[in-house]
Amino acid sequence: MPEKVLVLIGTKKGAFIAESDGKRGSWKLRGPFCEHWPMNHVVGDPKTGAIYGAGGNEWFGPAVWKSDDLGETWKHSSEGLAYDAGEEPIKAVWSLARRNGSLYAGVQPAGLFRSDDDGVTWSHIEGLQRHPSRKDWNPGGAGLILHSIVTHPRDEEQIWVGISSAGVFYTWDGGKTWEPRNRGTRADFLPEGQNYPEFGQCVHCLVMAPGKPDRLYQQNHCGMYRSDDGGKSWQSIEKGLPSTFGFPAATHPRDADTLFLLPLNGDSAGRYVPDAKAAVWKTEDAGATWLDERKGLPQENCYAGVLRQAMATDSLEPAGVYFGTSGGSLFASADEGENWSEIAQHLPAILSVEAMVVSE
Amino acid sequence: MSNATARNVPLVVARLPGVLIDLFPGAPRRVELPASTVKEMIDGLDARWPGMRDRICDSRPAIRRHMNVFLDGERATLETRLAPGTEVFVLTAISGG
Repeated sequence: MPEKVLVLIGTKKGAFIAESDGKRGSWKLRGPFCEHWPMNHVVGDPKTGAIYGAGGNEWFGPAVWKSDDLGETWKHSSEGLAYDAGEEPIKAVWSLARRNGSLYAGVQPAGLFRSDDDGVTWSHIEGLQRHPSRKDWNPGGAGLILHSIVTHPRDEEQIWVGISSAGVFYTWDGGKTWEPRNRGTRADFLPEGQNYPEFGQCVHCLVMAPGKPDRLYQQNHCGMYRSDDGGKSWQSIEKGLPSTFGFPAATHPRDADTLFLLPLNGDSAGRYVPDAKAAVWKTEDAGATWLDERKGLPQENCYAGVLRQAMATDSLEPAGVYFGTSGGSLFASADEGENWSEIAQHLPAILSVEAMVVSE
Repeated sequence: MSNATARNVPLVVARLPGVLIDLFPGAPRRVELPASTVKEMIDGLDARWPGMRDRICDSRPAIRRHMNVFLDGERATLETRLAPGTEVFVLTAISGG
């Protein structure tokens, strides 16, 4: 059956969708959707075709948007998406993860919610807030945000989350109990001798390797890391990269050893692509070696950044790779990073990119 | 039926901003409904258009930081009492970028 590829784009001023057939040679852009709300993360469920958007509006607060018709019409809800009376209210929804019939939402200030009715009503997974370290979580540059949600493909009780800048936390009982999983990741911004705390690391993006649930990768504010034991310990895989700093990480849809990164030049060096030349860095051996892919990407005067949720792969063969910039350009590769083209430009600042493949 | 309706409370007039009603297809800019406080008025709006309370109020609970509710030229809180026939303006603050 012919396939359609939808690149779901969250921006500072609404959601957009870039659409192509399975060849991914020409693209059509639709949007803006979601009433121009800042949309931090837009994800799709390829089984149902539903699209979900995580947003937060300065006037109207947080909500999760949903479209059942590939973006033509949208509804929003935030019923139950709230902390107890008297606590600091939720400002925005930052991340979404779909697992079977459940939808998880990460919010700011950091917390995790779950919906079992497709995003209509939400319940708070309170165990994370009860972790003894909660009082010591401090916001990073983007605020105290829960930006990464990683679910286990076979066991719904296991979830990993990434909180900036509190670190990675893991639950094995569906969210009742949590433990930090940051051993081996650095916090260069802490005083000398205190650079490997139990929590407080600034994780930027956390992803799981396909078909290998014990393998996690994380791009951190201070380095790039791989874990082969579900996050109990982390090893640096930054050797060979142009920088230890960046935001997104995107796994290959089938190969656990392949990963795509977009390093930036450093946290105090402008946070744009190194030497103002854009490149996606790819490993095919789980981070032992890295190769820069830049054919078709701007190679002069490129001062763009790419945010933590703004790079993704699709599920086709060969895999498509996509990233969106803070300057509103969307780049795509239909051959696993070898060749690139700009498929949209002049969009608002791009906050997230995800890909969904559906049957036409 | 809302509590205010059940108690035969007099009507007030809620004036809603366009960007708010855009989120609730079919909602009008001007709504007459029974209410004796701002909170009751917002509860009444939420009963007609589920979810509207969350857009005007946060979970503290209070009127959202960048939303304003005015009557007689004064900024109101959820507890502000409403006389019969009062015209209540729900406004979005100036913000942007």
